[in-house]
Amino acid sequence: MLEIPVIRWGKPYESYEKKEIHHFITGEPIATVDQAGSGIVKRDLSKSHLARQSLTGFSTQELIDRTAAAAKLFRDATLPMGNGTQSPVEFARAQSATTGLPEHMCRSNMEKNCFVLENIKHVLDALTRGLDLEILRRGFGDEGRGVIVSYQAQTDALGLVLPSNSPGVHTLWLPVIPLQMGLVLKPGGLEPWTPYRMFSAFCEAGIPPEVFSIYPGEGADVGAALLAGSSRCMIFGGEATVQQYEGNPRVQVHGPGYSKILLGDDIVDQWEDYLELMVQSVLANSGRSCINASGIWASRHTKEIAAALAERLGPVEPLPPEDSEAQLAAFTNPQMATGTWNLIESDLQDSGVTDCTKSFGPRLVEHSSYAYLRPMVVHCRDAERPVAAKEYMFPFVTVVECPQAEMLKKIGRTLVLSAITEDPEFQRQLIDATHIDRLNLGPVSTIKLDWLQPHEGNLVDFLYRARALQTANSRRQGVSPAVEATSTNAPSA
Amino acid sequence: MSGGETEMVDMSGPVADAQAVLDAHVREIVQWHFDPDTGCPYWLDRAKSFDFDPLKDIQSFTDLKRFPPFDDEDLRGGPMRRWVPRAYAESPIYVFETGGTTGTPKSRIVIDDFRIDYELFSQTIPDEYFPPGSNWLMLGPSGPRRLRLAVEHLCQFRGGICFCIDLDPRWVIKLIKKGWMEHLEAYKAHCIQQALTILDSGHEIRCLFATPKLLEALALALEDRGSSIAEVGITGIFSGGTEFTPQWTRFATEELLGGPASEGGVYMTPTYGNTLMGLACSRPVVADDGYKIAYYAPQPRAVLEVIDPDNPDQLVEYGATGRVRLTTLTKEFFVPGFLERDEGEREAPCPLYPWDGVSGVRPFHKLAEATTVGVY
Repeated sequence: MLEIPVIRWGKPYESYEKKEIHHFITGEPIATVDQAGSGIVKRDLSKSHLARQSLTGFSTQELIDRTAAAAKLFRDATLPMGNGTQSPVEFARAQSATTGLPEHMCRSNMEKNCFVLENIKHVLDALTRGLDLEILRRGFGDEGRGVIVSYQAQTDALGLVLPSNSPGVHTLWLPVIPLQMGLVLKPGGLEPWTPYRMFSAFCEAGIPPEVFSIYPGEGADVGAALLAGSSRCMIFGGEATVQQYEGNPRVQVHGPGYSKILLGDDIVDQWEDYLELMVQSVLANSGRSCINASGIWASRHTKEIAAALAERLGPVEPLPPEDSEAQLAAFTNPQMATGTWNLIESDLQDSGVTDCTKSFGPRLVEHSSYAYLRPMVVHCRDAERPVAAKEYMFPFVTVVECPQAEMLKKIGRTLVLSAITEDPEFQRQLIDATHIDRLNLGPVSTIKLDWLQPHEGNLVDFLYRARALQTANSRRQGVSPAVEATSTNAPSA
Repeated sequence: MSGGETEMVDMSGPVADAQAVLDAHVREIVQWHFDPDTGCPYWLDRAKSFDFDPLKDIQSFTDLKRFPPFDDEDLRGGPMRRWVPRAYAESPIYVFETGGTTGTPKSRIVIDDFRIDYELFSQTIPDEYFPPGSNWLMLGPSGPRRLRLAVEHLCQFRGGICFCIDLDPRWVIKLIKKGWMEHLEAYKAHCIQQALTILDSGHEIRCLFATPKLLEALALALEDRGSSIAEVGITGIFSGGTEFTPQWTRFATEELLGGPASEGGVYMTPTYGNTLMGLACSRPVVADDGYKIAYYAPQPRAVLEVIDPDNPDQLVEYGATGRVRLTTLTKEFFVPGFLERDEGEREAPCPLYPWDGVSGVRPFHKLAEATTVGVY
């Protein structure tokens, strides 16, 4: 069995406290994961400047090249994992075994991570709007327009409190190393796999191990210490977590997406043309992701849309995790499934709410140590039904009847919104709506992400702050005439 | 219950002697509490419903099984005088509380027990690291807690002056339950700032009481200033109040206290205690034993047992896991068979403490989800 140590700035640390993680079906132990404590985290964070110091010793091109090399290693190589090694096949199998995600989805997430790493140059180019990354390293520079720009690092290392249930989110932190900052990772209790494999891939690709720390442990202890001690931190969690950290400039919080598809009045009569897009937006990656659609809104035809979706999603059944056709992830904690089901049953008591998947058999499929929830399509006669604002960790979608003119007022906070409309006025309102994060105009699935665009805030803006930096030298040369013209401190002629 | 390896324990010699002392003590305490001239109204009243006569039928510790399970809800609310033994009716009475984040806390009366307990504890801490006459810092809870007065008494008993901070553990628990983590950190920083001020003020502090989390916070704050626990002159630490793990003890020893005391580091002794029991000492905690922490109650004044939670009259085997049960046997307070909110492994008697102990103490798993551990 694999034994996975704590990593303290690149060095393995064997803890006296260990947690065993098991195969969710067989109960077979897969690994023991050493547990860190908050004291270790806090103490180590005081040395995070050394990580940045180490990374700024490389040119940005070197970091980009090594990141790209890490991509292939992550996807293809047999890499160190604790006291053993792990091939890509073993990785996907282990990740599936502890998280409940089908193996082919684990492989697909590996591809996603690999894609982002391989294309890191383009990703960074897009996120920085073409900035010469050497300017980030140096702290300031001239972009070629005769204007000095300065970006100040807001942290030496990014802290991350990662989830257990969604291996796809790791793409968000992959640009951090080429952005010359260390990584301090608290893996989800059931998903140590991606952080450790990524650590191995980066190290094999020539990134110094001492820029990584990985602290498995309790969220209330290790996670809290990470959040309290990091200048910049990213956390994944539920609605309560979002509310707790919303507005905290040190924390970028990722929670439920409440992603939606809106069908404009101009196209809604052709709704059948978009059925496949709707199905994929709900079902892909087992419906666990924040970018899966949890709501489809239209002003008419909603009952037909819901019935057609139910016809497609209702029959989907759990399959073994190794089955390449498996579309559903297991709840490895069966109580989460039963708890979710109880909430949904309560939602369904509401008048004006119809369970359109009812005739396709029971939704809750219980086993002794795990459970599944089969896809659900729920029709809401108007946007006032509380279930219209719900999102659950499986393919669950409400089809909501709502006049187009009221949609923007009623959809609430939305991470990804696919607006299928060609109405320019509606498009204008959508573009201006500040409660929509990612906006897709036209028939684009909610799950289709363009990695060259920011996701829930621009990571570069989170890690670096644009600020003024003037040098005596540049003013003498007069390379920035605007400075002289507007300065209140200009030397008299 | 998880099973441990059954150890062969020699029940003769010191173990048998300790048992005899305990049985004699039980007889004395039960006579005291159920004699109308000396006992308290609570037990005298309860005795009316018993199907046995405590004065005749309780002759040994084992006989205490005849008492019905103690309902800790009885410890909530007044009148407190119902707990005061008639023999102490004219004595000054303290009330010490536990919990109390919401609702009425559990409480008990005390006259001198905290002094007696801590004077006994004083005999177990080495003068080399807790020099007689030295001053102490009490980095723990204030308010209606036994710990604050007890540590101060320990310090005074050893000839020193105790410096205390203000710390309301009930507010800490509320902050955690509300998820106000930034406020929690700010409150912890407020507590540590008070401690640093005391340490910076020329009080020649050499000894410290701290909960594990506050000790950690103090050490890290000192490290931020380029100093350490050892550098500010502290040589001995008595720590307790919340859960101790071998991993944390190792971390503290290796990284906060400059290594084991035997190699020049600061001495730290973990303890386990509460308002009912007094203070359970640990046998020496060393790296060779995996920093295992085994606690032994101050017998015969209190007895710790590790029992099968499904059958509280059944002790688990040595090394096996069970729930901690506490019996308090002092003239001020008698509580037979109180089920603690903790579990652990039953430990065999050792030369220093020839009676059962408990190791690996942690919140009882069936109650753990509802338990919030704060800085205290």
